[in-house]
Amino acid sequence: MAEAGTMLPETIIQKIEAETGKYPTRRAAVKSALRYAQAEFGWISEDVVKAVAEVLGLERIEVFEVATFYDMFYTRPVGRFPVRVCTNVSCLLRGADGIMESLCQNLGVEAGETTADGRFTVFAAECLGACGGAPMMAVGDDYHEDLKADELDKILERYR
Amino acid sequence: MSAPSEIRVCLPPHDAVTPWTLASYRERGGYQAWEEVLKNQTPREEIIETLKSSGLRGRGGAGFPTGLKLSFMPRDAQGQKYIVCNSDESEPGTFKDRDILRFNPHQVIEGMALAGYAIGATVGFNYIRGEYYEPWQRFEAALAEARQAGLLGENLKGSDIAFELHSQRGAGAYICGEETALLESLEGKKGQPRFKPPFPAQVGAFGKPTTINNTETLASIPPIIRNGAEWFSSIGVENSGGTKIYSVSGHVNRPGNYEVPMGMPFRDLLEMAGGVQDGRALKAVIPGGSSVPVVPADAIMECTMDYDGLSQVGSALGAGSVIVMDETTCMVEVLERISFFYFAESCGQCTPCREGTGWLYRMIRRIRSGEGTPADLDRLKSVADRIEGRTICALGDAAAWPVQSFLKHFRHEFEAMIPREEAA
Amino acid sequence: MDAPTTVTVVIDGREVTAQPGSMIIEAADAANIYIPRFCYHPKLSIAANCRMCLVEVEKAPKPLPACATPVADGMVVQTRSATAVEAQQGTMEFLLINHPLDCPVCDQGGECPLQDQAMGYGQDSSRYEEEKRAKPPLDLGPLVATAMTRCIHCTRCVRFGREIAGTMELGATGRGEDMTIETYLDGSVDSEVSGNIIDLCPVGALTSKPYRFTARPWELFSHEGISPHDSLGTNITLQTAHQAVKRVVPRNNEKINECWISDRDRFAYEGAECDDRLTQPMIRRKEGLVETSWEEALSEAAAAMRQGAEQDGSQLAALIHPMSSMEESFLLQKILRGLGSDQIDHRLLERDFSDDAVAPSYPGLEVALSDVESLKGVLLVGCNPRKEAPLLALRIRKMVERGGVVGLLGSYAPDLNFSLSAFRCVTPADLPGALHGLAKNAGASDSGAQAAERDGLSGLLSEVGDDGMILLGQSALNHPEAGTIRTLAARLAQQTGMRLGALAPANSAGAWWAGAVPHRTAQGKPAKTAGANASQIADLNLNTVLLYGVESSIDHSDPIRLQGMLDRAQTVISFSTFRSAVPDQADIVLPIAPYTECSGSYLNCNGTVQVSSPALTPRGNSRPGWKVLRVLGNFLSLPDFDYDDVAQVATELGHPPGVLMCAANPEIPILGHGETASTRPDDRFSLVAERSIYQADPIVRRSRALAKTRDGSSEAFCRLHPEDLEAAGLAGASRVLLVGEHHQATLRVTEDSGVARGSVFVFSGSVATAGFGGDSAVRIRPVT
Ligand SMILES: Cc1cc2nc3c(=O)[nH]c(=O)nc-3n(C[C@H](O)[C@H](O)[C@H](O)COP(=O)(O)O)c2cc1C
Ligand code: SF4
Ligand code: FES
Repeated sequence: MAEAGTMLPETIIQKIEAETGKYPTRRAAVKSALRYAQAEFGWISEDVVKAVAEVLGLERIEVFEVATFYDMFYTRPVGRFPVRVCTNVSCLLRGADGIMESLCQNLGVEAGETTADGRFTVFAAECLGACGGAPMMAVGDDYHEDLKADELDKILERYR
Repeated sequence: MSAPSEIRVCLPPHDAVTPWTLASYRERGGYQAWEEVLKNQTPREEIIETLKSSGLRGRGGAGFPTGLKLSFMPRDAQGQKYIVCNSDESEPGTFKDRDILRFNPHQVIEGMALAGYAIGATVGFNYIRGEYYEPWQRFEAALAEARQAGLLGENLKGSDIAFELHSQRGAGAYICGEETALLESLEGKKGQPRFKPPFPAQVGAFGKPTTINNTETLASIPPIIRNGAEWFSSIGVENSGGTKIYSVSGHVNRPGNYEVPMGMPFRDLLEMAGGVQDGRALKAVIPGGSSVPVVPADAIMECTMDYDGLSQVGSALGAGSVIVMDETTCMVEVLERISFFYFAESCGQCTPCREGTGWLYRMIRRIRSGEGTPADLDRLKSVADRIEGRTICALGDAAAWPVQSFLKHFRHEFEAMIPREEAA
Repeated sequence: MDAPTTVTVVIDGREVTAQPGSMIIEAADAANIYIPRFCYHPKLSIAANCRMCLVEVEKAPKPLPACATPVADGMVVQTRSATAVEAQQGTMEFLLINHPLDCPVCDQGGECPLQDQAMGYGQDSSRYEEEKRAKPPLDLGPLVATAMTRCIHCTRCVRFGREIAGTMELGATGRGEDMTIETYLDGSVDSEVSGNIIDLCPVGALTSKPYRFTARPWELFSHEGISPHDSLGTNITLQTAHQAVKRVVPRNNEKINECWISDRDRFAYEGAECDDRLTQPMIRRKEGLVETSWEEALSEAAAAMRQGAEQDGSQLAALIHPMSSMEESFLLQKILRGLGSDQIDHRLLERDFSDDAVAPSYPGLEVALSDVESLKGVLLVGCNPRKEAPLLALRIRKMVERGGVVGLLGSYAPDLNFSLSAFRCVTPADLPGALHGLAKNAGASDSGAQAAERDGLSGLLSEVGDDGMILLGQSALNHPEAGTIRTLAARLAQQTGMRLGALAPANSAGAWWAGAVPHRTAQGKPAKTAGANASQIADLNLNTVLLYGVESSIDHSDPIRLQGMLDRAQTVISFSTFRSAVPDQADIVLPIAPYTECSGSYLNCNGTVQVSSPALTPRGNSRPGWKVLRVLGNFLSLPDFDYDDVAQVATELGHPPGVLMCAANPEIPILGHGETASTRPDDRFSLVAERSIYQADPIVRRSRALAKTRDGSSEAFCRLHPEDLEAAGLAGASRVLLVGEHHQATLRVTEDSGVARGSVFVFSGSVATAGFGGDSAVRIRPVT
């Protein structure tokens, strides 16, 4: 059996090591490690769990517990850009439903699905902390606020 | 009477250009307090006393007096202690810490350094919610600047004082805003709240004594140390010192963050936010984030925005997240959405929260879809009552309070959705 | 002023004294006031997540969890007030909304805390009308059956793995309602103590797979037993129904096993229940072995034995399995000695008996099991406690969790459930030399330079001093120079003040005390003549041989020599529980019942004698071994064989004095071995052969469930250091040929950098590897 840790590129291992330096335990770097690996591979596969466990000296189940607890880790393949549309109260009050509907229509998917080209996966999200700019969505790391249904295409264009 | 206006203490002035840079922060008097402390080796007690008399209370939701909290740290204990900043900001309706981090990150750093010094912590962590990418970048850039300027690190300004500060990003879980869940998450575990006691001041991050404060709380500290307790407390009202950032959202014309003195009448705040959208009538307000009890229009219009004022109308200041709902709002729909949130965000360890939040949500959903029964309303109330106060952390309460308050004030809207033959 | 040593609280109107810092639930338990609970368990960390134990505490604004609320002097607690009951009912209602109402088909039904507490603390009807949650089935392997929809998320099983077992097989993944107890990727839950989660699970989510659907709790009868598979004397309860053992569960004994048992203790009964049982005596006739009566079998056996004993007894010998009860060992040696033979031994896997004369009266631990966790350190010598005595490993783990340190001197890096502070890896051939070096160092006065030279093990020894224990395991005790190792260990103990322990197998201590050794009779008295030992017996030309519970193809250090001896013997008498354990050479077969069907005493490693009672009557015409031996004594007309019951045998044997000075004797001179490590004389690899956990005895070997676990896999394999493999030109090979002087075998090979350079690790106890018993070194060849 090949060492699972080798599936992580050296640059990522270095970043993980740098992160561990901040804390008295290596374990504290687990979310960062998962984030780096996810950025590289798109999602948290079995191999990522194994590799992260190995690098940090954790049991796989411990890493898997963390990977399944947090919304931003995907333990199934997702599109290159997760699109998270806030549907919580403040956005709801300002038309999040319509945004969601238009978005899904434009992309030809339902919430939770990935576009055929593998670019986007649409998620109904909880409050993302930008209620002052409701309705809003996050595409990858970027926030887009004060959304208007007819401007969605223009925004998504940037991610093509 | 003059038009109500902002007093910006935690947010930078509107006219500041690139206010997140060190240079800009210094222009506003930034790091003066920290440098004074480094120079004079100010007694730790003095800082804590200043904070106590400033009337500063925690801005994360519970409003606990900040100076008092710092004084709980074991004074003589040797060994590592930590100061932790809670920038997990995930309570629906809340978006103030995001702006503090984006526009005034150095003030958070200085606040953490001062608080850390006061409790004898040489290391701090800022836990920033995972979705806040831009705020995190700004904070990291500010950290680099501060290190570069010799404001963080060892032997600061030639003293024997050390303070190192790191950020850690969350990964999407509301519960990590709860302070002990945050500590678990910081340590690389699932964010499941710890049973208290022991409190973080005894056993905190990595098993060491730790103080956790909200971003806005910590950002309030440098101006207080710089300008004095008296200055701060006099801005607010009794029991509620200083300014507060209100995150106003929902049916208003100009949603956004407004930093104003504590005790401002709600109607003034509403006016600042441009009034109710499209000139419609106000129906209700959730004044402190989705967990606090809803307040009907007439009560909130007579209310002042401070701890006591909101408690008098049966609600709470929470994190100052003001969700405004106009006359067109369906309260059943809003409660369904809020209940779904707590159901989705329960960490899952406590039975009443894990099982009860789903039950609440499903009942409300059923009512909204026209399949409710008359027994449902009492059952909703009783399930909420059986969650409240029975869980490890306050998420259980947060799930119960909206249900109880919506039913109390808007029961008729729920009844109206229950099919008539059933109601008969 | 001193802190008060106790506080007084009032629970349900009763004054209760409690330790400061203890929790309300502990105080209530001590006063026999029952507070309902699910997540709380006295041996696990406090999770306080189930919220079942909510009670009313005066002045507290809301009900508090009794499991997590510390007592305070003068505290007034109500466990059955309206507030408390309402809170408990609330929790119960929540627990039941997603719990299936399948008690009639649930294995836990009838012994389910949830069921019981729902009666006691719940309400009549459910107000829940929404859809119920269902969880997909979870495959946890051969031991634990699951029904995860029944899980109430108390996390006891997860905490057990993390805190007690140190294995982390299970985790709680997901969040909120999706929280799921599972393994990573359907991994099997079959570490050596996994079965305990079955007992810990308060509902029927985790149940025993072998037991599944075979009985209902109210049909079961309980019998108090002692597990004979290791030397701890673990207290068990055997549960029977329909004339079969259905289940084995722990019996609490804080001094020994606490509330745990190992999987071997739990599932070995399956072996006793298997179809391979002998139920009728047999005798060799022209057509082969044919069934016969006890009368005939015993009279022929007696005749053969008398013949063997004719001149001076030297034509008669017996080997007895160390799993046998003290009474069996005692009566067998009494018969042999009555016939003038001292040729009896139970030390089947040992090879060096040079220190017999000075050995203590039985092997054991000079530290009480319950004190192990408070030691400062343990030095393991050729020992893998996790597989040899799993519950001892849990005690050592507790010690490590409390800051204790463990060092290992051995020939491979075992997968332990605690961390090692120091590890010296040497070939078996170098083990005595390495120990000699340690003993010499420990004696030397500490000059700075010397201290710097000390390696991790020496450092560890000086650190723990007389708060430590040296523990010799099977690789040390079965070593070709075991006598030297024991003596060196004893010297090291003397110099450092550490206590000694020898982790002998099964009831070996009982067999020693009962006189089933060639040089001592019962109670440690010297024998008239020192007879041949277990190894020497295999070289003799005998008239009559008795194999008592011994599976001759496996249960000996050198089965090939043993086969030769059986071939040469005139009469072989096999006392056996299983048909397939009878050797081909057997002439008379006497079916003896397994421990589950017998009464017997066991002497544990701390010198404690415990009695195991029969759970069943012997199957068919098999008989408890002690009875067979008693009647055989009568057939032989030996004096003093008129026992009415087993207790009389035990009384005659008596108990050893309770002093735990039992491991070895430092006084004897050491032969050979200087401190320098030997160099490998040729291209041979030193053989590290260990008995795997589920090959320990004929009963365990036959447990189907255990055989399906990773440790029970019967596929023979070897492990070698990757650099050794490379040097031998075998890098990447999947199989290799091991060639010894008397035996060779092709085995699957795994690279393992934990194995000492120049050694090859195998599990003995499989037919493929048992033959290497006569070899201490082998050559490695490619498979052609
Ligand atoms: C479910 C839950 C979520 C919380 N989320 C946050 C949060 O996002 N940010 C925050 O500062 N405090 C949050 N809190 C409050 C913290 O537990 C804690 O009281 C606060 O960080 C203390 O800081 P302060 O004293 O400065 O307010 C939350 C509490 C609960 C029960
Ligand atoms: S109340 Fe809910 S979120 Fe809080 S600890 Fe309990 S289960 Fe987790
Ligand atoms: S037994 Fe106390 S909360 Fe579970």
